[in-house]
Amino acid sequence: MSAMTGEPSAAPPPANRALRQFFTAFNTNKTSWVGLVTFAVVALVAVLAPVIATHDPLEQNILDKLQGPSAEFILGTDGFGRDIWSRLVYGARLSLWIGGVSILIAMVVGSLIGMVAGYFGGRLDIAIMQVMDVLLSFPSLILGLMVVAMMGPSVGNLIFAIALTAIPPFARIARAPTVSVKERDYIEACRALGYSHPRIMAVHILPNIFPEILVMGSLWLATAIRVEASLSFIGLGVRPPTPTWGGMIREGFENILDTWWLSMAPSVAILVIVFALNMIGDGLRDFVDPKLKGERGG
Amino acid sequence: MLQYLIKRLLYAVPTLLAVLTVVFFVARVLPGDPAQVMLGEQAGAEAINALRIRLGLDRPLVEQYVDFMKGALSGDWGTSLVTGRPVLGEVLNVIPYTIELTLASILIGALIGVPLGAWSALHRNSLIDYVTRIGSLLGLSFPAFVMAIMLLLAFSIQLSWFPVISSGGGGSLAERLRHLALPAINLGIIMAAYITRVTRSSMLEVLGEDYVRTARAKGVPHLAVVWQHCLRNALIPVVTVVGLYLGILIGNSVLTEIVFNRPGLGKLIVGALTQRDYTMLQGLMVVYTFIIVVVNLLTDLTYGFIDPRVKYQ
Repeated sequence: MSAMTGEPSAAPPPANRALRQFFTAFNTNKTSWVGLVTFAVVALVAVLAPVIATHDPLEQNILDKLQGPSAEFILGTDGFGRDIWSRLVYGARLSLWIGGVSILIAMVVGSLIGMVAGYFGGRLDIAIMQVMDVLLSFPSLILGLMVVAMMGPSVGNLIFAIALTAIPPFARIARAPTVSVKERDYIEACRALGYSHPRIMAVHILPNIFPEILVMGSLWLATAIRVEASLSFIGLGVRPPTPTWGGMIREGFENILDTWWLSMAPSVAILVIVFALNMIGDGLRDFVDPKLKGERGG
Repeated sequence: MLQYLIKRLLYAVPTLLAVLTVVFFVARVLPGDPAQVMLGEQAGAEAINALRIRLGLDRPLVEQYVDFMKGALSGDWGTSLVTGRPVLGEVLNVIPYTIELTLASILIGALIGVPLGAWSALHRNSLIDYVTRIGSLLGLSFPAFVMAIMLLLAFSIQLSWFPVISSGGGGSLAERLRHLALPAINLGIIMAAYITRVTRSSMLEVLGEDYVRTARAKGVPHLAVVWQHCLRNALIPVVTVVGLYLGILIGNSVLTEIVFNRPGLGKLIVGALTQRDYTMLQGLMVVYTFIIVVVNLLTDLTYGFIDPRVKYQ
């Protein structure tokens, strides 16, 4: 790479080391692997939803309502005669999509904010981090609830609300290493060679913070999925009849004395995916922060 | 110390103003018309306009902002669109229930989490440690409403040990505790999961310190080392981290109150959502803002009190 782009040859050994440590940490931790495999299976189910689902998740069939598990309806049917298994599979799609996109946005925007704050320093840094601290002081669920309540529940608004709550932690975690890296000799060399600020940040600083951002990403994806499910449960999720896990739990809960079991399959699904993501993050957390700082959220 | 206290209090003022500004922006400036959201998609333009005027949303933004800040800071949080009663009064009615629930769950969380975390650290890499670690990871993976539904099904509906609707209980203490028990256990278990993990890692750090080795070398009994030298030092980060997790607890209390049908701030906010009570919602956002700023302040102060090494700058 350095031969082709003419980067100074003193360039980023720390970045490579950081990435190597990252993969070593992953490999030596069995919990992380179990989490990753479980998550991959759920993600695969979501992607292949049209193939795996046995029915149309929206198709109502009142004659077949509230049936127990059978060969035709693997997990039975709900109060409208819709196939629970198919709704569960399509619900996975929505959960992962909303969680994934919002965390991706938070990762990109948050790291950008943190890098800019750390790189330029001074008053800009202080001002940006003050705003981040203010946002961070809000519990994700409360801030998400406020935003969705005011903007109305839709996929786009949910993504916006969840991304907003997740930006500050990424800004924080991106800022600290930027501050220390920017004083290094090789960054100085890049400046002397006249490289632009965006280029120095993208090529020489980003690789240093990337592993930490990835670990935070897995932990916050767990939070994002939990928040989305919670909002759906409260009734602020994507509108029915679209299948969401939180919404399905709500449907079972509303008639808890008669149809409590409708809540069970989506409950287990949420638990499995959040647990899997936390397992991935758990083994890697020591790598990012031995004092468990990244656990905030909820 | 006093100087630190005053400084910290003064510092909370701009934070409060900033957070209130965030609330204002969430309510007014984000795309999406609150009047439209409140009235639903089928509402006609006339009805929406009428509500906009009633809520003062048609006035210039600066004017609205000044009014909002004045009202928020003076305790005039408007009157509910549904009941017509002042928001402040409604909040004061239910807030004891939420505080009671929060404190009880912190207590349960600490009573389970601290011993379990310390025990796990002392038996590092044993089966006990492994089970504790996986168990606590599972505990904090539970969405609060999922665990609440399971507890409700098992202990209220199947076993009938606790009331299905935790109205908060009547006059007697026993009755009040019976209504509090299950919601508090629900939040307490999740809190315990967090506290176990922090205690464990903090304890592991302290166990590796030189002064612990010295104490062992000079023959201090094992229990005394654990109790006096380790646990007390290990608990310093635990207390601050509990402060940080209060945010999670506040979010989870909303879900818990819904599932157990228990009065409280969470129940109020969801009621306001379903009844499309805009002023109530906005008032509750202000309430949460105050709570969050106060909690952050208390966490910082506690940190200063329990750790003498903190420099009061």
